[in-house]
Parts: sequence; C-alpha cells; structure tokens
Amino acid sequence: MKLTAYTRFSGCGAKLGPGVLEQALCGLAQPVYPELLADFSGSEDAGLFRLGPHQALVQTVDFFPPIVDDPYLFGRIAAANALSDLYAMGARPITALALVCHPLKALGMAPLKAMLEGGLAALTEAGCALLGGHSIEDPEPKLGYAVTGLVDPDRAWRNNTLEPGGKLILTKPIGTGLVNMALRAECASPAAQAAAETAMATLNKAAAEVLAGFQVQACTDVTGFGLAGHAAEMALGDRCGLSLCMAQVPLLPEVQDYAAMGLIPEGTYRNREGRLRFLRGDLSPANLDLLFDPQTSGGLLAALPAAEAEAALAALHAAGVPAWIIGETGGTPGFVQVV
Amino acid sequence: MSPTCRTLDARGLPCPQPVILARKALAEGGFDTLEITVDDAASRENLLKFGAYAKCQVEAVDEGSGLTRIRMSPQGFTPAPALTEACPLPEGGLGGGPAEVVFLSADSIGQGDLDLARLLMRGFVYTLTEAERVPRRLLLMNSGVKLAVEGSESLANLQKLEARGVEVLACGTCLEFFGLTSRLGVGGITNMYEIAGHLMEGPTLSVG
Repeated sequence: MKLTAYTRFSGCGAKLGPGVLEQALCGLAQPVYPELLADFSGSEDAGLFRLGPHQALVQTVDFFPPIVDDPYLFGRIAAANALSDLYAMGARPITALALVCHPLKALGMAPLKAMLEGGLAALTEAGCALLGGHSIEDPEPKLGYAVTGLVDPDRAWRNNTLEPGGKLILTKPIGTGLVNMALRAECASPAAQAAAETAMATLNKAAAEVLAGFQVQACTDVTGFGLAGHAAEMALGDRCGLSLCMAQVPLLPEVQDYAAMGLIPEGTYRNREGRLRFLRGDLSPANLDLLFDPQTSGGLLAALPAAEAEAALAALHAAGVPAWIIGETGGTPGFVQVV
Repeated sequence: MSPTCRTLDARGLPCPQPVILARKALAEGGFDTLEITVDDAASRENLLKFGAYAKCQVEAVDEGSGLTRIRMSPQGFTPAPALTEACPLPEGGLGGGPAEVVFLSADSIGQGDLDLARLLMRGFVYTLTEAERVPRRLLLMNSGVKLAVEGSESLANLQKLEARGVEVLACGTCLEFFGLTSRLGVGGITNMYEIAGHLMEGPTLSVG
C-alpha cells in the first residue's frame, strides 16, 4: 500500500501559497479582546491568548496529506509538525485534538490505526495529552493535530523581533519537499529518504529546551513557506533584516540533484511568487529552488546574540540536536539577504 | 528520413508526473523530438530543467491561456538504438572496439576466494591503464566505489585513467553507505539517474 498514491500534494507542500493567504485574510478583522496577544493578523507561528499575568494559551493547528507511505511514520510526522509551532514560540505543549480525513473503503482500518498510534507516540514524547478529535470520510487521506500549549507571554518567542548583531541557528537540514518529489518519481536514494524521514519525525522539543537556556531574540519553525519564506517573516520586524549564507545552509542528501532534474514541488513556485520580493543578493535558480522548498516538520530557526551563538550550538550538539549557524541578523528591515 | 516527433499530454498532472513521463519517453527513445503539453507554470519550469539535465536541446513554446508546449531533442542522451545497430562487432577482432562505458559493481571479480577476486579487479583496472584505447566512462557502484577512495591500491591507476580522459563516476549513495564520501580520491559523485542513463547510452562492459 502506498499512502502517498492517494494524494496530489504532500506534507506542507499542500499549503495554500502565502500570496493567496494574504489576500484571503486581508480586511478580515475581529473585535478587540484585551486578552488577545497574537492572532491571524500577524504572522506568528501560533495564536496567543492571555490567561493570567504570567500565563498565556498558545494554539495552533496543522494537517496535511501523507508525505510518506508508512502510516505510523506519517502519524509521527504529522504530530511533530503540529507541535513544532508551539516549540517555535517557546511554549510547553499540554493538549492535542486529532483531525482525520480517511478513505476507509480504499484503505481500510489498519493504516488509520497505525497513523493514530504514530501520532500518539510523538504526542506522548512531548508530554502532550490527546483529548479527542474529529474524523471524516474523504477520498484523500489527511492527518493533523490542533495543539495547545502554555507560555509566559512576556517570555514567548516571537518571530519578527530580530535585533542587529545576532546569529541565526537552524536545527534541521532542508530539502524534504525535493526528497518527497524524488520519492514519487522513484529516484530518491535510500540515504536521502532515510535522512528526510529522520528529520521530519524528530520533535523540536530538545532543540527548544536547549535554546530556552539562551537569550533567544526571535524564533520560528521552517515549514511550508520554505527557509526563505519563514526567514522573510522574521525579517518583517522594525529593527533589522537578516542574511542567509547559502554555503552554511544544511541540505538533505542529493537534493541539489533532484532540483536540477526538475523534481521541484509546486509549493516552491507558489512560495517564490509570494515571497521573492523580500529577497536580495544571490538569487540564482539553484539557490531559490532550495530556499523556497516547502518543508514538512522542519527545524527551528532561532536568532541569538552573536556572543551566545557558539555556546548554544555546542549545547544543541551535546543534546543530540543537529544544528548549524546559517546567517546573521542585520541589514534593512523587511529584507533577507542571500549570500 | 524526416525527423520524428512524439507528443505527450501532461495537462492537469501534478508535479512530478510530467517529468516522470518525459523521462520514461526519453529512455524509450525512437524519436527526434519529444513534445509535452503542460498547463501550469511549475511543470513548465520543471520540464525545462529536466530537459537541460538530460542533455536535450529544449525550448518552451507558449501557446497562451497558460498552455505551453515543451520541445526536447535528445543530444547527449542517445535513445537506445535498434537491436541490429547495437553493439557492433569490433573491427579487427577483440580489443579493436572498446566499450563506451565500463561498469564496476564490486571491488572484486567473480565469486569464491575474496583475496583472489580483489587481486583480479586490481589487475583489471591496471590493465585498462595499459590498453591502447580507454572507455569514455567508468561507473563505480556498490563496493566498486571502494576502488576510488584513499588507501585503495587501484586509486593511482584510476587517476591515470582519468588523466587519459576517462570520466570516473562513483555512486554517491554507495559512498555514503560505506562512510567513504569524504575519502573519494578520483572522479566525481553521481546518482542512480545518471548511472542508469549512461548504462542505457551505448555499449557497456560490466565487470565485477
């Protein structure tokens, strides 16, 4: 059984492009709630709602069609991906609800059960209680979770609060979209497949816990809009922009080959259309194909003061988290410089 | 003979289906130009990339209202020749017509005693360096990649072959599997797609 055979797009590549979303949300407004700290009008990873002086609710939801054929692994990835938005805000996950779309007639019960088991395993690892969920019959399988966490709102990591003179740390290699396309074309190498699966199934929990010991200026997680798309959101603050050093950006095995072969997800083109105007510098097609590759369950992208960056990197490595310094903060607000 | 054209309709197909269709058609061959119709920008760009990658002459003819015809003419990517033309017998007996591609899928030749099998492979690589005519490419796969890494007794001979114009290509997945990627001492790293393409290109000698 090939789960991915039932889907047109996979993983976060199925996301509507940022341009479309901006248009849809433009002009949408709700009453002013004093407790509301972040909603859809910003570009935060999750919504923030104050419960008390030092506590806020963090909520986010993410679901998508299968990106791998193994249902248990897909469940793990779907949960890790949903939880990632909480970790990107420095929040502690507490509860989750499952969203399930399943073609029962075509696929039967077994893969559904395996998916939910995989998801629960990841939630359990996060210490996040599964409260329930909702399921519908759908020709295309999809799975995801609405997850809730807690954070001290004064200490929550925002994504657009960059300060000049910082370094950018990324905690997973990029290229899951390209590997997924290569898998569909049946020319992904086992090494690339294994590396992508490991990266996607890994929670950003350990990364967030280590980073919490440092002065995180801003943080986001790299998902459907690609590294450059999410970097562009970070650069939207009023203090400064950022620069990405392509030579330092970690890549999954062989993804440059896959890009050269034209195995580029449609999401890459949508992301490029929506966010290219925020980029400056070396915008070669080879760079853009990597920078806008939609990531599923990608790593954290965090900005730290330069003086702390090396120590944070060492602490991440000591905790078994792969991590790389891939750029620095600075430059014109609103822009991502690619070097 | 007038140029032949094969047409494919890839309208409405999600990525990477149009690329998969094009790759399959090129592998089958039997035409001078492949023309694929697509109706979205992503497939258009992907096919242009793929065409260049497959060493085709490639152009996009935009038809308006989102339709594009991508025309690919294989150049380096020679379609498999008809059976009667394949592997012409060497003129002047053995040694007269060298294989285009030599495929080494192991660091040894044959079964049985491993020491002997490895000795034979070392000897074969050495003998190639002494041959009057050398192949165009040497493809290393599975344990064959071990021949091309630091510490291999065949490394110097492979470097000699490279100096004589032989393109030495090692399978990247295999190097990674053996943890030898950083120790590759000759030639370049390649992938299954390229290897398969080269093996289909023309006369191949497989040893190992």
